[in-house]
Amino acid sequence: MDLGNAASVAYSAPELILIGAAIGIVAADPVVRAKEQLGAAALLACAAALIAAIGIRLPFSERWLVQGLLRGGEGWLWSRMVVVDGFAVFFKLVFALAAFATVWMSLGSAEVQDSGEEGEYYALVLAATVGLFYMAAAANLLMAYLALELVSLTSYVLTGYRRHDRRAGEAALKYLIYGGVASAVMVYGMSWLYGLAGSFQYRAIHDALAHGAAAPLTVFVAVVLVLAGFGFKIAAVPFHMWAPDVYEGAPIPVTAFLSVGSKAAGFAILIRLFYPGLSEPGAGGAWTTLAGLDWPTLMLVVSMATMTLGNLGALGQRNLKRLLAYSSIAHAGYLLMGFVVLDDAGLRAMLFYVVTYYLMNFGAFAVVMVVANATGREDMDGYRGLAWRGGAVPAVAMAIFLFSLAGIPPLAGFVGKFYLFAAVVEQRFYVLALVGFANTLVALYYYLRIVRTMFLDRPRGDEGVVALDAHNAFLLYFLAVPTIGLGLYWAPVMALAERSVRFFLG
Amino acid sequence: MDHVLTWMTFLPLLGAAVVLCLPSRSPRLIKRVAFAATLPTFALGVRLFAAFDRATTAYQYVDRVPWIASYAIDYFVGVDGISITMVLLTALLCPLCVLASFGIDKGVKGYFALFLMLETGMLGVFVALDFFLFYVFWEVMLLPMYFLIGVWGGPRREYAAIKFFLYTFAGSVLMLIAMLVLYFGATPHTFAIPELAPGGAAFDPRTQHLLWLALFVAFAIKIPAFPFHTWLPDAHVEAPTAISVILAGVLLKMGTYGILRINYGILPAATFDLAFWALAALGTFNIVYGALCALAQSDLKRLVAYSSISHMGYVMLGMAAFTPQGLNGAVLQMFNHGTITAMLFLLVGVIYDRAHHRDIAGFGGLAAPMPVYTAITGLAFFAAMGLPGLSAFISEVLVLLGSWRAHPRLTIVAASAIVLTAGYLLWTLQRVWLGRLDERYAGLPDVGAGELATLLPLAAIVLVLGVYPHAVLDLIGASLGHLNELVRAGAAAGPALR
Repeated sequence: MDLGNAASVAYSAPELILIGAAIGIVAADPVVRAKEQLGAAALLACAAALIAAIGIRLPFSERWLVQGLLRGGEGWLWSRMVVVDGFAVFFKLVFALAAFATVWMSLGSAEVQDSGEEGEYYALVLAATVGLFYMAAAANLLMAYLALELVSLTSYVLTGYRRHDRRAGEAALKYLIYGGVASAVMVYGMSWLYGLAGSFQYRAIHDALAHGAAAPLTVFVAVVLVLAGFGFKIAAVPFHMWAPDVYEGAPIPVTAFLSVGSKAAGFAILIRLFYPGLSEPGAGGAWTTLAGLDWPTLMLVVSMATMTLGNLGALGQRNLKRLLAYSSIAHAGYLLMGFVVLDDAGLRAMLFYVVTYYLMNFGAFAVVMVVANATGREDMDGYRGLAWRGGAVPAVAMAIFLFSLAGIPPLAGFVGKFYLFAAVVEQRFYVLALVGFANTLVALYYYLRIVRTMFLDRPRGDEGVVALDAHNAFLLYFLAVPTIGLGLYWAPVMALAERSVRFFLG
Repeated sequence: MDHVLTWMTFLPLLGAAVVLCLPSRSPRLIKRVAFAATLPTFALGVRLFAAFDRATTAYQYVDRVPWIASYAIDYFVGVDGISITMVLLTALLCPLCVLASFGIDKGVKGYFALFLMLETGMLGVFVALDFFLFYVFWEVMLLPMYFLIGVWGGPRREYAAIKFFLYTFAGSVLMLIAMLVLYFGATPHTFAIPELAPGGAAFDPRTQHLLWLALFVAFAIKIPAFPFHTWLPDAHVEAPTAISVILAGVLLKMGTYGILRINYGILPAATFDLAFWALAALGTFNIVYGALCALAQSDLKRLVAYSSISHMGYVMLGMAAFTPQGLNGAVLQMFNHGTITAMLFLLVGVIYDRAHHRDIAGFGGLAAPMPVYTAITGLAFFAAMGLPGLSAFISEVLVLLGSWRAHPRLTIVAASAIVLTAGYLLWTLQRVWLGRLDERYAGLPDVGAGELATLLPLAAIVLVLGVYPHAVLDLIGASLGHLNELVRAGAAAGPALR
């Protein structure tokens, strides 16, 4: 159903809230002295966007003020540029949560506070979040490109936020150059698709290609070119090289935002183009690719390469941010396992994993920030004996997040991995499963190294004392409690993921 | 006794939560609460022992509620004769180990909280009847164990803890893959072990063998069977005394228990095909290899660790016989080894606490200052040697009798290895407890009341089971007979790949 422009406004409430707040913060920046108030406003905006994405119903009436997840409405918005469906809403919830955690972290981050430029910072975070929202909802190559660039451009600036730090400058520049090249290749691929199908619309492209509008090999080349841009966003091999440097140079809240929000959005855009765009849904949740387009095999190789190189890269890292950067590359590889099986089971495993990944990866970066706040250190030695020098809560929280990342029960990460591996085994991709399992073992080794440093090593006395204030403690609990909780009972979230594997096809 | 298994499993966890809430400046209180937290489980275990129906082969005290309905994952617990034996062993050893840990003085709160979590994990493994639940408990146990060895262990504790964790996790990964294949092979999809039981036959022989081997490696690492055993001497030597007791007394049994429950229960045909090489031959090799390694050790604790490898070999050999004697002997040996090795580690702990080293060559004539200690040590050593009248004699004889019919040559080798066992035990007894007294140790105090409280209950069990093994054999007989028939029937029906 094509929703008219008036209905489109109602359905766009989350994005409008974020845009309004971003503009408001920029406008208020010169007059507001206490910059925390701007952060608080940004927090409120994220919460409001979250609620709007879920949906608001007017009291005592059947009318919906804001249509979202609860209403379950579906349709095209803005002349088929954007789509609203279960899949989009699910990712919007994740992005709103990610933005909320990012702003909350920024308010407690020594790197971000007291620079005098927080106003712009918060506005940029909100603008990037708008981009994320539209990445999940774009139903048109042009819109997808715009959303992706909105995220990229704001991310470049956020990465270089600490202007006087050489690492930040280097990171931002690297990010910009890599991103620019990836975007260019992607746009080139999109132009091929447009030329072959005669439209930017996913549905129109799908229909044209399904009727044999182009030779499969030509389409395949176009798809590979587009993958450069998407692969860059999710940091999949071979487009992963930027991640360690950028993660290291960016302020820690931004790193967390990039590693979770931006990556999840990359997966959203990837799934939307490749599943409803370039495949055909069949009975029992199975999908078939359009004739002659063997992208699953390609992505199978990418998945194995990504997780393997990510994990091997992480082994030798001494800087926690770099280590977590490589680990997040590896996690993109795990997530891709759900992508290649051409089955709804794989997609819902991915969606579920995104939620768990949000919790545990944000959590790990939050602990990195707590330690960096107190000691200014991000290297492994700065974590020596953390549990024994005032940092018991951060150390235990870190252990929870890391064991969850490693996939050990009863933590959320285990459940996520379990579903991914189950989807892979169900479709009999045994080689992929074995590579994945071998990788979890390698990953466990470097996660354990951090745990060992925090608990088993004794402090030497030069590491500094780590104190945890209530603000950051709240964030750790906010992320750690569900990490355990989802490991014990995850049926509601899984049900949500299951309902959210639903694409509006017109 | 509603939900008795659930209570037994989770009461220690509740205790851990209570311990975490206590102030860390009162270690005595924490220790007492931790001890108290293990007692209800032990008491319920005693009641379970009394009330257990020994005639039926069905699972008893079953609790089953859907956990994740959409994936057919249940919270499903219950015991049969095999698992109740292990549950009892765990419930018995845990209070003793808490007592044996009263000397811990650093990070008391963390230690006891982790220990209680460990108890929940171990009991969970033995009562779980849902493969997914089994896997969760199997992994959950790793975390407290890692910290208990890594934080409270000896000088090379970090290395030992990581090695232990990685070895077991590598096995678990294989288990997970096999578990998923079994799940998707069963119609309707299920993780419930009793319902998976006939499901293994649905696969072609080659797949069955691969699945069996994947599961076997996962469990063999825990037993530990050569060549997956190298984590054990490190972990044992570095772990604090009570944790060594738990490692040898309970954790090793999980390996053989897993093989009986999963490999035998779900893949009977493959079990029959592969048992000779994977269990009987490897088990016999373990017996000889472990004994030879023990002979070469200069560290008392390392010696006991290698003796465990040797003794677990008898369990493997007995299991592979597919005769009632062999299987009964194997499970009885699991229980007996649990009590005897626990004693041995406690005894090593006693001398280590006094002399602060464990070098066999550095002692001599300890019988003079410590007569009671020496008497108990003698009992434990003779029990480990399999002297008639003590518990291990019965189980080893049953194993050898059972396997004689199936694998006579291996049985001869295994029986001859008892000479080696006697060799390293008697030689050690002579070097450490007999002979000339070293002047430095003339003033060592004999075992105290606290240490006796941990040793005497185990000594009593060793004596009682030596003359009345039916206390355990009655428990396990029916279930093992059923399992044996299942494997033989599976072997007769299933297509073998030979």
